[in-house]
Amino acid sequence: MSINRRQFIKLAGLSAVLSVGGITAMDRMKANASVLPSGARATASATGQIFGESKPPLTAKRWGMVVDLSKFETPEDYQKCIDACDYIHNIPDFGEKKDEVKWIWTDTYEHTFPDNNPDNKLNGEPVQFIPEALKEKPFLLLCNHCDNPPCTRVCPTKATWKRESDGIVMMDQHRCIGCRFCMAACPFGARSFNWRDPRPFIKNVNPEYPTRAIGVVEKCIFCVERLAQGLQPACVEKSNGGLIFGDLEDPNSEVRKILSTRFSIRRKPELGTQPSVYYLIGGIKNV
Amino acid sequence: MYNGGKIILGLLVFLAFVTFPFWYNIGTADKIPKPVIESTYIKEHNIKKCVESKDYMRASHMELLDNWRNDAIRRGERVYVNSEGRRYLIDLQNTCLKCHSNKKEFCDRCHNYMAVKPYCWDCHLAPKETKS
Repeated sequence: MSINRRQFIKLAGLSAVLSVGGITAMDRMKANASVLPSGARATASATGQIFGESKPPLTAKRWGMVVDLSKFETPEDYQKCIDACDYIHNIPDFGEKKDEVKWIWTDTYEHTFPDNNPDNKLNGEPVQFIPEALKEKPFLLLCNHCDNPPCTRVCPTKATWKRESDGIVMMDQHRCIGCRFCMAACPFGARSFNWRDPRPFIKNVNPEYPTRAIGVVEKCIFCVERLAQGLQPACVEKSNGGLIFGDLEDPNSEVRKILSTRFSIRRKPELGTQPSVYYLIGGIKNV
Repeated sequence: MYNGGKIILGLLVFLAFVTFPFWYNIGTADKIPKPVIESTYIKEHNIKKCVESKDYMRASHMELLDNWRNDAIRRGERVYVNSEGRRYLIDLQNTCLKCHSNKKEFCDRCHNYMAVKPYCWDCHLAPKETKS
């Protein structure tokens, strides 16, 4: 029994065609078997009770925050907001500054507004006669959720992006590859990298929120998971009116009313990122 | 055929050697594990239905979870409407694992058997195990 070259090539070609066709047919069958049941998709349009949800979500065109520093008088006033965020979002404490993970934190006036302080030698003349109380005051800092965020433009995987619906600069930890371009792009130092596995360094674990894995970047996301359940951000809830959260696009919102009557400043506005966090510095006292 | 006997004997030895693992392991295969669906929470609250039908969940839970993650995080839609029109909060830890509080018996059994290692648990916290 022998086979010549011609027969061999015919046979090989036929079996190649059959195997490719067979695989495709199998894939088809698999795909058909696993399509979603009809009508099942995520949408808020259907009516009825939601299992596991109580309040309607809070929505806005562009979320923003006003930090009224006159309401922060003692170190505990700051710490309450920071602790609430740390617990709710399972933020680790590595115990050293270089690995620090922070969503909301405090810093000095000169670090917060580097172009607007007496020691500034970079841009022309230093600013004179700044109130002592202001210089000594800790400032509460968080992601500015810029209207024109530079961090999202450099992300190679779209793991961070600005939500078109409400302007929140969102993080998708599933997609983050830990390249840290966003950290280099953010002029506010609002992003932290997990240099180590954060799990063992979380003091009180909140079982309702995920932790992060080693090698991803994280930051404040304006508590999107709480907004979806009709709750204000955790820091706002604990701030005793020191933090005001609302829609910057709605002229009747509380934040807009405050901003239209009181003078406010923003961090590094000259960079053109249009931060959505405003600071009221009137009427502050020494801490 | 020269040395036919030796060749045939050699072939038989070769075949026996190659197929030895199959003969040796006959009957010792692990049983296909069945996930324990009843958890303490499900018993206590007398829950009869998952988000979708049992057959669908068994075959396609991974696709559902993948869609859920895209819906919640990327699309910002945190409410799932199932094929019967019931609404659920899209949340692995607070919707799925609230009922399925027995991750070891419910998730890990089959995943270990199939040697799949979903990386959900790198970040998402598994509930504290309670005996079902």
